[in-house]
Amino acid sequence: MDAKPRVLVLRAPGTNCDVETAFAFQMAGAIPERVHVLRLVENPRLLYKYQILCLPGGFSYGDDIAAGRILATQLRIHLGEVLQDFCQKDKLILGICNGFQVLLKAGLLTPPEGELGVPATLTWNDSGRFEDRWVYLRVVNEKCVFLRGIKRLYLPIAHAEGKFITRHAEWFCRLEAAGLLVLRYALPPHGSQEDLSAAEASYEGSERELPFPFNPNGSQGNVAGMCDITGRIFGLMPHPERYIDPTQHPRWTRGEAGKEGDGLKVFRNAVEYFC
Amino acid sequence: MLWQVDIRPLPQLPDLVGQSLAVDGVDLGLPQGLSIKTARGFLIQGSLGEGDIRKAILELLCDPVVEQAIFGVVGAAHLNDLIPGYSHLVYVLPRPGVMDPVAQSTQAALRDLGLSAEAVRTFRKFWVSSLTTKELDLLCTKLLANEAVEQTVIGPLRLERLDIGRPYQFSLVEVPIRCMDDDQLVELSRQGQLYLSLEEMRAIRDYFRQLNRDPTDAELETLAQTWSEHCSHKTLAGAIEYEDENGRRHFSNMLRETIFAATEKVRVALGEHDWCVSVFEDNAGVVRFDDDFHVVFKVETHNHPSALEPYGGASTGIGGVIRDPLGTGLGAQPICNTDVFCFAPPDTPYEALPPGVLHPRRVMRGVVAGVRDYGNRMGIPTVNGAIYFDPRYVGNPLVYCGNVGLLPKDKVRKSPQPGDFIVVVGGRTGRDGIHGATFSSAELTSHSEEISGGAVQIGNPITEKMMVDVLLEARNRGLYRGITDCGAGGFSSAVGEMAREIGAVVWLDRVPLKYEGLSYTEIWISEAQERMVLAVPPHCWPELESLCRSEGVEATVIGEFRSTGRLQLFYHGDQVADLDMKFLHRGRPTIVRKAHYRPYCPENAFCGVKWPPDYTDDLYRILGSLNIASKHWVIRQYDHEVQGGSVIKPLVGRDNDGPSDAAVLRPRLDSYRGLAVACGMNPAYGDWDTYWMAASAIDEALRNCVAVGADPARIALLDNFCWGNTARAETLGSLVRAALACHDLAVAFGVPFISGKDSLNNEFRPAGSETTICIPPSLLISAIGIVPDVRNCVTMDVKEPGNFIYVLGTTENELGGSHFCRVRGSVCGQVPRVNPQCARQIFHALHQAIRKGLVRACHDLSEGGLAVAAAEMAFAGGFGLRLFLSQVPHNLSPPDEVRHQVDSLRQRFDREKVHPLALWPEAIPILLFSESNSRFLVEVRPADAPAFEELFIGLPCALVGEVTESSFLEIVGLPLPPPAGIPDEDADFAAPVVIKAPLAELKAAWQRPLDW
Repeated sequence: MDAKPRVLVLRAPGTNCDVETAFAFQMAGAIPERVHVLRLVENPRLLYKYQILCLPGGFSYGDDIAAGRILATQLRIHLGEVLQDFCQKDKLILGICNGFQVLLKAGLLTPPEGELGVPATLTWNDSGRFEDRWVYLRVVNEKCVFLRGIKRLYLPIAHAEGKFITRHAEWFCRLEAAGLLVLRYALPPHGSQEDLSAAEASYEGSERELPFPFNPNGSQGNVAGMCDITGRIFGLMPHPERYIDPTQHPRWTRGEAGKEGDGLKVFRNAVEYFC
Repeated sequence: MLWQVDIRPLPQLPDLVGQSLAVDGVDLGLPQGLSIKTARGFLIQGSLGEGDIRKAILELLCDPVVEQAIFGVVGAAHLNDLIPGYSHLVYVLPRPGVMDPVAQSTQAALRDLGLSAEAVRTFRKFWVSSLTTKELDLLCTKLLANEAVEQTVIGPLRLERLDIGRPYQFSLVEVPIRCMDDDQLVELSRQGQLYLSLEEMRAIRDYFRQLNRDPTDAELETLAQTWSEHCSHKTLAGAIEYEDENGRRHFSNMLRETIFAATEKVRVALGEHDWCVSVFEDNAGVVRFDDDFHVVFKVETHNHPSALEPYGGASTGIGGVIRDPLGTGLGAQPICNTDVFCFAPPDTPYEALPPGVLHPRRVMRGVVAGVRDYGNRMGIPTVNGAIYFDPRYVGNPLVYCGNVGLLPKDKVRKSPQPGDFIVVVGGRTGRDGIHGATFSSAELTSHSEEISGGAVQIGNPITEKMMVDVLLEARNRGLYRGITDCGAGGFSSAVGEMAREIGAVVWLDRVPLKYEGLSYTEIWISEAQERMVLAVPPHCWPELESLCRSEGVEATVIGEFRSTGRLQLFYHGDQVADLDMKFLHRGRPTIVRKAHYRPYCPENAFCGVKWPPDYTDDLYRILGSLNIASKHWVIRQYDHEVQGGSVIKPLVGRDNDGPSDAAVLRPRLDSYRGLAVACGMNPAYGDWDTYWMAASAIDEALRNCVAVGADPARIALLDNFCWGNTARAETLGSLVRAALACHDLAVAFGVPFISGKDSLNNEFRPAGSETTICIPPSLLISAIGIVPDVRNCVTMDVKEPGNFIYVLGTTENELGGSHFCRVRGSVCGQVPRVNPQCARQIFHALHQAIRKGLVRACHDLSEGGLAVAAAEMAFAGGFGLRLFLSQVPHNLSPPDEVRHQVDSLRQRFDREKVHPLALWPEAIPILLFSESNSRFLVEVRPADAPAFEELFIGLPCALVGEVTESSFLEIVGLPLPPPAGIPDEDADFAAPVVIKAPLAELKAAWQRPLDW
C-alpha cells in the first residue's frame, strides 16, 4: 500500500469546507482530492481508488428540507452498495458538521429501523439559530479510529442543526452501551483534573445535559460526535479542520494555543491507520 | 393531482418557531397568552399516487425522530382541522413567481427518487389561539407573512393547481414618445417607473425624432437602466456648483475631482511602491497582495429592497456584492464578507412608527437572517461589520454588504472580442427584480410595498455557490475572455456595459426562463439573481458547456459580440431593439446641480458636571447604548471561520467575547501573510460637519486596521455614500463636503481609495405627509490592510497584570456628537477633527512596535472615548485596570479664569503638584469621554517599555496606568487643590477616583441591550 493514503473529499452543491478539509488531510500526510458527487454517481467504482472518504462541512443542497437530508438520500439511492462495500474493506469515512448530518441520515452510522428510519438525528439547536462558537470536547472511549490517543479537544462549531437526539431514551442507552457516542461536549478544563472529572461525572448519562454554552445546542447526553460499530466511520459536529494552525485558536494572542492545532490529530489518526 | 404534505414537530417536542412567534406577537401588543403552533409543508403537483407521496415522506420530507407528517389532496378536511385550543388556521405561501429555493431542491430530489413532480411549492402553516379579526390581521401582516413576497390564506387552503406560468404572446410595443409634450414625458417616466428627469426624457424624444421612429419599450427601458443613478452615478459624477464658508467651487465631475484625484495623487507619491492595480474602473477595486495574488474589495448597498423585505433584500445584497469581485478582472475567488447596517432603535414603540414601515426590530432580525443565510451557505466568512442606530433610519434602513476576493495576478484584464459568444451562466431568469435599478433611485413612500413588490428578489445561495465553483475552474482553464455580473438592470446593464466599445446582438428567446410568460422586455431587464455574463471565444464554448454540465450548472449562449457599435435585440427573429452604443453611453444630458453647506458650530457649552466627580453611571449608560453595546447576537450567527483562515476573530479575549477592532484572516492557508478588514462610520458627527464626519470615519477605519497589526502604508479604502435627496442643494452640499474630506485625508495619509458606490434619495414619505424623513449623512469607510506576518497580530484584551498601559494620541475638547453628550441629551461642543500628519506618525510608530513584538494588547479609542476603550480592554481580558487621567496627553485649555487660579496656586505650591487642568471640572468628562481621533490604548510589558517609548519620541504617548490583579476598572481623576484652611505645607493633592466599577457589571451592561 502507498505510504500516503488517498482521501476523497466529496463535493456536492453547497459543500463549502472542502478546501480547508483537504488542506488538513494534506498537512496530516495524506493525498486528498476534491471530487464532485456527480462524478461518483456516474462512476461509483471511483471510490475504490481511495482509502478515506470524507464528507466535509457546508450546506449540501442548501440544507433544504433538513440539514444533509438531500445528499443523504442521494448517497443511499445511488451509492448505497459501493459505500457498504467500502466500509467492509477496512477503510475510513469521516463526516464533519454537514458531513455528520449526511452520514447519520444516510444510515451509515447506525442502520435504519425499517419504516421508522434511522433511530437518531441531528436537529435544530435549542437556540433555534445558527451559532459559531468554540467548544470543549472530551473523548469517552478508544473505540473510534479517528480519536485514538485523544482525551480532550477544543474546536469551533458552526451550525444551526446540531442537536443530537434519539428516537427514545432506550435507543440512547443502546448506542451508549455499544460505545458509539464517542465525543461529548465538556466543561472548560479550568481548575484541577479531579474537580473537572467530578463535575463532568455528574453530567454523565442521557438525562444530564451540560448548560449552554458548554453544550451549545442541547444535544442529548452532550453528544458531539459518534462512530459506527466498527469505529471506522466517524461523524462530528465540531470542525477539526478549523484548528490546524495555532493562529486559528481564538486566544492564540493570549498564549493559549499549542504548537499545532487540536484538530490536526484527528486527521493524523486517519493517516496513521494506513501506515 | 395536487398533494399537500404537512410536517410538524412531534407532539412531545417543543415548537421553537411557534414559541418565538408568540413572544414577538405579545411584543406587538397582542393579548398575553397568545399561543401559536406551526407546520411547514409542501404542495406537490404531478401524476403521483398515494404510494409515491408516502415514499417521498419516508425517504425525504420528514425526519421521524423529531417530526410527523400528514398528507392528502389539497383541500381535504383532515388537512385543515383546527388543533384543540386554537381558533385560527393560517397558511403563508410565496407568491407565484417568487423564488422558492427549498421547492426547487425538493423537486430535484424527488426526481432523484424517481418521482416526477411538475411543480412544487413550499408553505408555512400556523394555528393561532383566539384573536379578534383585527388582531389576527395584525399578526399576519406584521409577523407571519411579508406581503411583498408572500400571500396569506386564512382558513382551509383551496387551490386547484400551482400556477407555473402561461405562454407569452409576442407583440412588439412601441412608445409614441415623439409626439409627447413635457407633461406627457414626465407622466411616462413616472408611470413606466423609469425615474428619468424631464431633461433626460426630452433627450430621448429628440433622439428618436431624428431617427424618425418611436422607441420600443425595450429600448426605453435600456436607456432608463443605463442612465439610472444606480448604474451611471450621474449626480456625483456630474457637474456641481458648490459653495461653503470657504467660498465657491465648480466641479465638472465631482467624484473624479475629489476621490479619484486623491487616489491618483497617492499613487504618484508612492511611485515604485504603488500597489494599486485597478481602481474605479472594474466592478471592484484591485490592489496587490503577494507575489501570486491581488486582493479585490467591493462594498454595495441594498437599502430599498431591504426596507420592503429585509430578509430577501439583505440576502440578495450579499449575493450581489459577491458577484462584484467575481465579475472583476476574470473573476476573483470570494474570501470574506463584511456587513454594516443602520436601523432605527429596535425598542421604538409601534405607535411611533409612520404607517407603511416595518418595525425596526423586524427589519433587523430579517436583515441579519438574510446576510447569515446567504453568507453561511456560500461558505464565505462574514468577518467584520457594525450597526448604527438612529431614529431617522426608520423608513430607510441601510444595508451595506462587502466582499473581498483573491485574484491571480494574470487574471486582471478582461477583453471581450467581436465574435465572442455572450453566455449566461447560473440561475434562470424570472419576473423577479424588475425595475430594481431605477427603483433604487426613487424615494420610498408608504405605498412602495405595492408598486415595487416586483423589485424585491429572493436569492438562492446554493445556485450562486455552484456558479462560483464552476466559474473559477473555467477561469483557471482560460475558457472565457470577459466576465461581468448580472446585477441591477439585468442583461441590459451587463451586456450593455460589456459590449460598450464593440456592439452586440442578443437573442432573448434563448435565455433560460424559470417559467413561461415573460415578455422580451422583462427578460432583458429582469434582475433575477445568481447570473453572470461571459464573453466566450467560440472554440472554448464546447469545453465550457461540458464543464458547467458536469457540475449541474446551466450555461447558455444568448448572443454574440459584434463590431457594429450597436446593441441589437431579437425575439424569435423579430428585432425588438436597435440602439447606438454612443447614444446609450454618452447621450445622457449632463446635469448641473447646486450644492451648498454650512457647518453647525455650537458653543462649547457644557452638559452638567458632577460633584464629587463620579462618572461611573455615565460609563454604564454609554456601554449600554445601542451603538456601543455588544453585537454578539449578530456576530455568532455568522460563520466567521469557514475557509479556515481566521486569525483575529470579531470576538476576542478570555471568554471570546470582547469587541475586536478589526478582523484578520489568512487568504492562503500555506502562508502567514494576512489581511485586516475594518470599517469606520459615525453618522452622528454629520449633524455638525460632514467634513469632520468623513475625516473621522477614515481615521477610525485606518486605526482599526493598524491596531491589529496592518501596515499603515498598505491600507486601501472604499467609500459608500448613503444620502438623502441630493436635488436639495444643502443635502448635496453635505455630500460634497464629505467627499472633499475624503480627498484631503486620503492624500495626507497616503492611502488610496480603490472603489466606491453611492445610494441617494434615502428618504421616506409617510402617507399623506408633506415632509419626508431623511436619513443622516451616512458615509461608510471600509478599509483593507496588509498584515505582513499574522503571527505578530495583536488583540484588544489585556493580557497580564503588572503590564503598563499607554495612551497614544492627543485628547482634544471634542465632546460634540459624543456618546457622553448623547446620554446627557446635549448637542453642544465640537466634533472630533483629525490631524493627519500627527496621526500618520502615530500609526507608523505603533506598527513598528507591533512588528517588534512590544505590544501585548491594543485598542483604538472611538465611540465613548478613553473610558469605554479601557472598560472593553479590561473586561475582555479579565483583569482590572488602574488609569490616571493626570497623565493623559491632551491639548485642552481651560477658560481664562481657571487658568488664573491655577497660576496663583502654582505660585503658592510646588509647580509640579498643580495639574494645569486641576481646577477645571469639565476636564474630567472630556478626558474620559471625548472621542478625539487617532488615539489608542496600548498594553506593554514593563521590560519592553523603554524600547516602546523610544519609538514614540516626539509624539503624544504617555504611560497612564497599569493592568491590575483586581476585577475592577478604576480611573483616577485630577489632583484637587487642598481645601481652604489647611496649611500649605500639609497640603495633599489627592486625586479622587472618578470611575470605579466591577468588570463583570461593566460587561453585563455592555452585553445586555442586544442579547436577544
